[in-house]
This record gives sequence, C-alpha cells and structure tokens, in this order.
Amino acid sequence: MSTLESSTSTNAAGELKIVEDATCTFCGCVCDDMELTVEDNRITKAKNACVLGKAWFFNHHIEDRPEATIEGKPASYEEAIEAAAEILLNATYPITYGLSDTTCEAQRKALAITDWIGGIVDTTTSVCHGPSGMAFQGVGEVTCSLGEIKNRADFLIFWGGNPAESHPRHFTKYSLMPKGEFVPKGRKDRTAVLIDVRKTKSAKAADIFLQLKPRSDFELAWALRGLAKGIDIDPKVEQKTGIPLDTLRDMMDRMKAAQFGAILFGMGLTMTRGKHINSEAVLSLARDMNQHTRWVAKPMRGHGNVTGADNVVSWTTGYPFGVNLGRGYPRFNPGEFTTSDVLARQEADAALIIASDPMSNFSQPARDHLRSIKSVVLDPKLSETAKVATVAFTTATYGINTPGTVYRMDDVPIPLRPAFESPYRSDLEILKAIEHRIREHQLAGVQ
Amino acid sequence: MSTLRISGGTVYDPRNGIDGEVRELWIRDGKIIDPPDDPDVRPDRTLDATGLVIMPGGVDMHCHIAGPKVNTARKMMPDDKRVAPPVRRTALTRSGSTGAVPSTFATGYLYAGLGYTTAFDAAIPPLTARHAHEELDDTPIIDKGFYVLMGNNHYVMKKLQAGEPQLLKAYVAWLLNATKGYAAKLVNPGGVEVWKATGGNATGIDDNVEHFDVSPRQIISGVSQAVTELGLPHPVHIHCNNLGMPGNWTTTLETMKSLDGHRGHLTHVQFHSYGGNVDDQSTFCSQVPELADYINQHQDLTVDVGQVMFSETTSMTGDGPLGYFLHKVTGRKWFSADTEMEAGCGIVPITYKSKSTVHALQWAIGLEWYLLVNDPWRIAMSTDHPNGGSFLAYPEIIALLMDRSRREEVLNRVPAAVRDRCTLGDLDREYTLNEIAIITRAAPARMLGLDHKGHLGVGADADITIYSRNDDIQRMFEIPRYVLHKGNVVVDDGEVRSNEKGTLLHVAPQYDVAAVPDIQEWFEQFYTIRFRNYPVDESYLHDHRIVPTNPMQ
Repeated sequence: MSTLESSTSTNAAGELKIVEDATCTFCGCVCDDMELTVEDNRITKAKNACVLGKAWFFNHHIEDRPEATIEGKPASYEEAIEAAAEILLNATYPITYGLSDTTCEAQRKALAITDWIGGIVDTTTSVCHGPSGMAFQGVGEVTCSLGEIKNRADFLIFWGGNPAESHPRHFTKYSLMPKGEFVPKGRKDRTAVLIDVRKTKSAKAADIFLQLKPRSDFELAWALRGLAKGIDIDPKVEQKTGIPLDTLRDMMDRMKAAQFGAILFGMGLTMTRGKHINSEAVLSLARDMNQHTRWVAKPMRGHGNVTGADNVVSWTTGYPFGVNLGRGYPRFNPGEFTTSDVLARQEADAALIIASDPMSNFSQPARDHLRSIKSVVLDPKLSETAKVATVAFTTATYGINTPGTVYRMDDVPIPLRPAFESPYRSDLEILKAIEHRIREHQLAGVQ
Repeated sequence: MSTLRISGGTVYDPRNGIDGEVRELWIRDGKIIDPPDDPDVRPDRTLDATGLVIMPGGVDMHCHIAGPKVNTARKMMPDDKRVAPPVRRTALTRSGSTGAVPSTFATGYLYAGLGYTTAFDAAIPPLTARHAHEELDDTPIIDKGFYVLMGNNHYVMKKLQAGEPQLLKAYVAWLLNATKGYAAKLVNPGGVEVWKATGGNATGIDDNVEHFDVSPRQIISGVSQAVTELGLPHPVHIHCNNLGMPGNWTTTLETMKSLDGHRGHLTHVQFHSYGGNVDDQSTFCSQVPELADYINQHQDLTVDVGQVMFSETTSMTGDGPLGYFLHKVTGRKWFSADTEMEAGCGIVPITYKSKSTVHALQWAIGLEWYLLVNDPWRIAMSTDHPNGGSFLAYPEIIALLMDRSRREEVLNRVPAAVRDRCTLGDLDREYTLNEIAIITRAAPARMLGLDHKGHLGVGADADITIYSRNDDIQRMFEIPRYVLHKGNVVVDDGEVRSNEKGTLLHVAPQYDVAAVPDIQEWFEQFYTIRFRNYPVDESYLHDHRIVPTNPMQ
C-alpha cells in the first residue's frame, strides 16, 4: 500500500505545515495538485481546490466522538472488533456495502473479509454508474485517460451531467480549457456541446446547448448513431427529443470533422428511462464514430474512489459489483445481489457498511430492513447509517488523515498524502483487525 | 533452519546438464544447497520422489495477468466466467473466477497448480504501474514482475527525434525505477501513436510517425541501444508492427535486422510470421521457415511463440489499432483505452475455431516455430495468455510437441488447405523431456537474466515441480504431484496448500540524475497527474527482489 511520506515544510513555531501534491478525494476527478496549509490539525488553505474541494478540506475537523460504539454506547476498540467479528461470523447472509470513499487498501481488506465469511460484496456503483458498467459488458467501451482529452480533444460532448457544479475542475484541468500537446490554444481549439434536459450552469461553458426532452436520451443517441452510419432518420425524432433533425445533422457533420472527440456522460443519462440501454447507445455511438475519426466516451464518476472499488472488486472476484460469495465462489447478478435489492427483499441478516450512508438514500423498505438487522458501520461522521449500527467505528478520513491509493474516474491510480493525523483509526486498520479476528476463529475451527 | 531432501526422483535440469538422472536435492532457506559431505547428516524432512520426474518450477515470460487491461477484460466478460469452473474458497485459500482471464487469487493458484512458479505480465502502461503492483500483491504464491510499455512513449520519440540518446537512456532507466518494472517493452512501436492521433496505424518499420517525425525502426533501434547500454537483465521485448496481418513476415524480418547486433526478444512471434496478401485471405500462409532460419543464424535473438489453441478466449493488447482491427473482423464487443503520453490498449473476445483455415494455420504456425528453431534455449513456450489461449493449455502444447501423431490427428481434422500452406505436416521432430524443461523453464529464465530461476543448481531458488510419469503426456503436466516454491510444498496432488505472496522481481538501473529536470519539464507540461505522484514507491511492493543490471562502462 501507499505509505507516502508527506513532503511538508514547517515554520519556526512548528505549527504551520504545507502539504504539497496532496490529493482531493471528494469527487471522481481526484485532483492531486492540492497545496494544503495545516494549522493545529485543521486545513486552513487549500490552494488549487475547487469550491467542492475547499468544502471537503475546510469542513473536515475531528469530532469528539467515541472511537467505537456498541448499540450506541461507547465501547473499547477491542470490544468493538470482537463484536464486529462475531456479527459477521454468525451471519448466514451478510452483505458488505459502500467502499467508494475509502482507499483501495481498505477495499481489499473488505473483500477478504467478505470472501472468508461468504457474503455479498457491493459498492455504490450499483446505485450510480452500475448501468454504465452493464452497458460496458454489453458493447465494450472506447475510452482514454483524461490526459488524452486534455492533449487531443477538439470536440467535447457533455451529456446528462453538470460538471460545472458536480466536477468543477473537470473543465479547467482535464477537458475544456487546458492547452494540450495537439490543441495548443486550449479552449479556442475545442468545440463543446452540452446535452441535458435543463439549462444548467454548465451550459454557459458550452458552445452549443441541446436541451432534450426528459426521457429521450436513448432516441437522441440512436438517431445520432443512424446519422453516423448514413441512415435516413425520421424527422419525427424532433417530437420525441425536442431537437430538430437539421440540428442533429449539423452536429454529426461537426463530429465527423473533429480530430478527436469525447462524450463525457453523467447520471442524467444512466439513471433516467432506459438506464443501461442509454449508456449502451452512447458507448456505441462513440465506438461507431471511429469509422470516421477518433472518438471516445467516458462516464463521469462521482465518488472519490468508486473507480478503485470497481477495480478491486473486479480483480478479486472477476466482477465489478453486486457479487455474491455465499457459495464459496463469486457469482454476479445486478438486481439480485445488489444491496438496495437484497435489503428491500429482507434477505441479508447482517451488514458491513464502509464509508457510505445508505440510510440517507436507499428506499424505505431497504432502510427498514437495514435498521432491523445487525450491522457494523465504519464512518468518519455520525451518519444516519452509523446511528442505527450495532457496532460503529469512528474512522480517520482517507486522503486527509490516512495514506493509501485511489483511482481517478479514468482508472489512473493516485497515491494520497495525508495532511494531519486523526485520533481515530483508518478503515484499513479496523478492517485488518476484524479480518484477523475472523481468521482466528475460523482457523481454530480447522485445527 | 530446517533442511529438506527430495530423494529418488529423476531430475531434468538442463542448465546444469542433468538430463534425466536420479539425483538428490537438498534445500535450506528456500534455496538449493549442496548435499552434505557427511552421509550421516539427516535432513529435517524428506520427500520421497522415487519414480517421479523433477524439474525446476515453470517460468512464463509472457502473459497478461495484472493491471488495467487485464482487469478491464475481467469486468467486460461476465458471460465468459459464468460458464467457467470457479475457484472455491478453502480454509486456507481465497475464492475466484476463471475463464479466459482469471481473477488475481485464482491466477496465482492456477499457475502454481500447473507447476509454474514465476510469471511476467508483458504490457503495463507506466501511468498505471501502481495498479499492476496492487494486483500482483493479490496474486498469491508465484514470483512475478512486469514489462513497461515504451514503444509509443512521447518522451522516447521526442528524444529520438532530437538525437539525444543519453537522455533517452536515462529516461528508460528512470521509468523502470519509477514503475518498479522489469524490462522495456515495445508494442507496435510508433503504430499505436498513429492510432491515437488519427485512427490509422503504422504499416511498416519505416513509416513516419507524424508530429514526432520518427519511424518504428528508430524506436526499435534507439530503445534496444539504451537497454544494451543499461545492461538490463532482459533485452528489449518486442511486439512487432503489423501483428496478425497477412504478409507481415517481412516486417518481422526487418525488425530482426534493425536490431543490428543488439540482443532482442521477439514476442508471440507466431502472430508475426504470415505470408500472403492483406486483401486476399486465400493467400494466407506460413513464413516460419524463413524467419526461423534467421533466428537460427543470429545468436542474439530469442523468441516466445504465442501459440494459438482452439478455444474461446479474450484478446488483450497494448496494440490499440489491432484491437480495432479485431473488432471489425469479429464484430464483437470492443474495449479501447488510450493512456496519455504512453500507450494504447484493445480488448476483444475471440473464438479460435479448428474449422477456420486461418485459425488452424495460426495453430500450425505456432507449432512450426517450436519445431524449426534448432536451439531450444532461444525459444520459450507461451500462448501470450490469454491471447492465443490460456496458460492452462501448456500441457496440451507439450503433448503436441512430444508426440507427432497428436499433431497429425489435428491436421487430419482441420481444413485440408492447412497442410499446403505450412510445413507442419513434414516436421518429424519430437521434443524430449529435457527439451520441454528448456522451453518451459530453463530458457525463459535465461532470457530474463534470472540466475536464480529455471534450474536446480546450488544457490537457485527451490522452486521445483515434481510430476508423476504418465503415458498421457498432457495429463502428466496438467496435475503435478508436488509443487514447491521457495522450498515449501505449495501444491500437493492438485490441492493448493499455500496462500503465500511470492516475490516481486524488478530492476533498478542507475541513471544520470542530471536528466531528471528535462523529464520533469516535459512531464509537467502534458500529464494530468503531478510528477511527484507518478513514481511507485517501495511501499507498494510486497516481498521484492532487485535483479541486478550490468551497465556498459
């Protein structure tokens, strides 16, 4: 794992610390050029951070909470580890969920625990870009690292997303603004299109805004695929999508004339009518465009290390999310083994939730069931999920307090340089201890 | 420390000139040691190998088992894994999935189960080296490492164009240190950059790569020069231009010639040995005799085969334009990923069918290579896993090489045109067990410059595979009786008994630090991560070992 020493400088009083090349894990951009000023275990300046990054760094303060609780009452760390191991060992259908806001090192331990106890492992991917993952399994994906977009892309389509507010530095650091090797004039060398159902702040940054009718993403993508292949499209597509065919024709001409195009799509595409079919249509469109010139597509991932979670779950089990290890080997079936479904059907009898808050965003039946079963929750904050936990651990925050590895939305792994130490333990340390305890029990049984 | 004696077995240890002799092996601290002079000295344990065949542990010098490309193939192919036998969790070992691209834990167990104790991933983009290390850390038992993609690297091309070989050499060394990689790898040199920029490809080694104004020939010759001067244990590892194209054998021959006396390794050479016309599939044929002849006459060159086996598999390559080509040919799902400043990637599922003349010829061309290279020390077994087939096919390949009638049996059921378009039907050669031991362990270890692998002499790692004799050669090699890694029994009669981590092998060549500011200036202009966050530090390495370099003075 990464245990990078922070490169820091300290003033004479020894209180002020500068951490260079630190990484912001708030969103999938995973910008690693932060310069953090740390005073008395608080980050007071975050140079290069966007508005979201600043909120992430400045609002991080150590809460005065017990290190661990059992049934809501303060407990020692050792008692809590023992109780957590016992819950997981005694469960017949345990589920591990979350993982997108912790390090790969911790994710790997969570996978080990789930394997040893034969549970389900699932991540927040199942409720965000899961449809894109399934689309990818259907048609593949033509994609690239963000630096390829920075250095080559002269045509950008942002689809079903609002990067100006969700990924504020995407425009400036990776896609729209930067000068690149083959686009030396930066913004001037690029054409940008925004496709969305409403005019968001991102529209201002685009050259062309196509406001499509809600729930018509698939039809729009399919019409563009047809035009790319030279097929006549029924002008009635305007009635469905709200965009005139001539506009689409013009756009396709520009797309074909580009040197290097990129479609960057968000959850506005994946979580609307059609879901993974929409993603398949857009991935297919980008693929088909390669008959004319270079095109790529890329989902705009949200959580800081959701891409790492996809990778760790995949290399460990062979499948990206929604994996059931109950039979002693991995099985994959989104809808059957994804957390919100398993909970809503009242199947799981214990849960290990890491750095995620399903009690804030799952369906009522899923929340009701989660509240009713034994759970082990690791979270830096007293989340809604931590409040209903049987065993709750207060944890250090990844990237701010703990080292480790995160994967940017384009699968580029980046090391973390923590700013200051937390009085709380890391997810990794806690999960390691739980795994250790579980293995002691299991191997005692063997011998 | 405790000693282990393996007694009574028939030893095949080609590097030490032992060809099927009953010998005792003594092991302490994971290494082979001299048997004690005093016959009264007793080992702490004895493993009775009477009647069994003993070889060094297998060494796979070219496979794809870790990193972004492999992991993407896992994610993309649930359909493949759904019908493949799973690896079940045991009290000691983790679970996993198999199919063309097994999960990491499964990969380690399957290699060990096959008697292979060392494997190298052949194509890692430097920007994602950290990912490769994380996966290798989760790949149990075997020792491992990877090769670093350099053939389409912008800095490499810029320094060639500027005529700055010293900076190029420093960069190659710096990059191997930054990635903790093992060797320099060229994949379709220059051609991948053409693909990234235009959707085209390089068609020969003298094509010009626009913007950088260099040719594949300059890349091959410049990097091989740097690797030679740095004294890396493994020479430049080349995936030639024009992979898979009819008529590509001339490109392969030109590539061999362009090395101009430098050592070089040509990988999955089967895919690069085709005659015929690109526009007429009926002209597709073998040109192995001509290429093997060149290899036979040039001691500095080595090859691995990239054998195609009739099976359902997933092709994965750093050769981006090849991925697109395969997608167009097969019409199947396609993944492509370009890595900034460095590399490309293509993944397409593929089915090799014995009824296809082209596929059957590819199968035959691979076997021709094994049979036409006279010196087994210069050819290594590979399927380019999973491209030509799974590494699990090695026992079947061994059987084909040792038994001419097995080859005939296949030749009789594939399209008749195959016999006419290659020489396989005329080749009587049958491999001996000693020659098998060479091409599956001793030779790849030597090509990799791994002095402590691939043999059973004093000081070697006690990585040992012990087989039960069987008239069915394939069966014999499929399920070794015992496999030892570092002197520990890790597999006993097919059962994996270990979950140890294995050792990461990498190089740390010296370089002129005065070159770093030039590298940094270029890096900071174009990359999207910080220069300081790029190198992989030692905390990512599990048990690791630096294999020494031997720089030219």
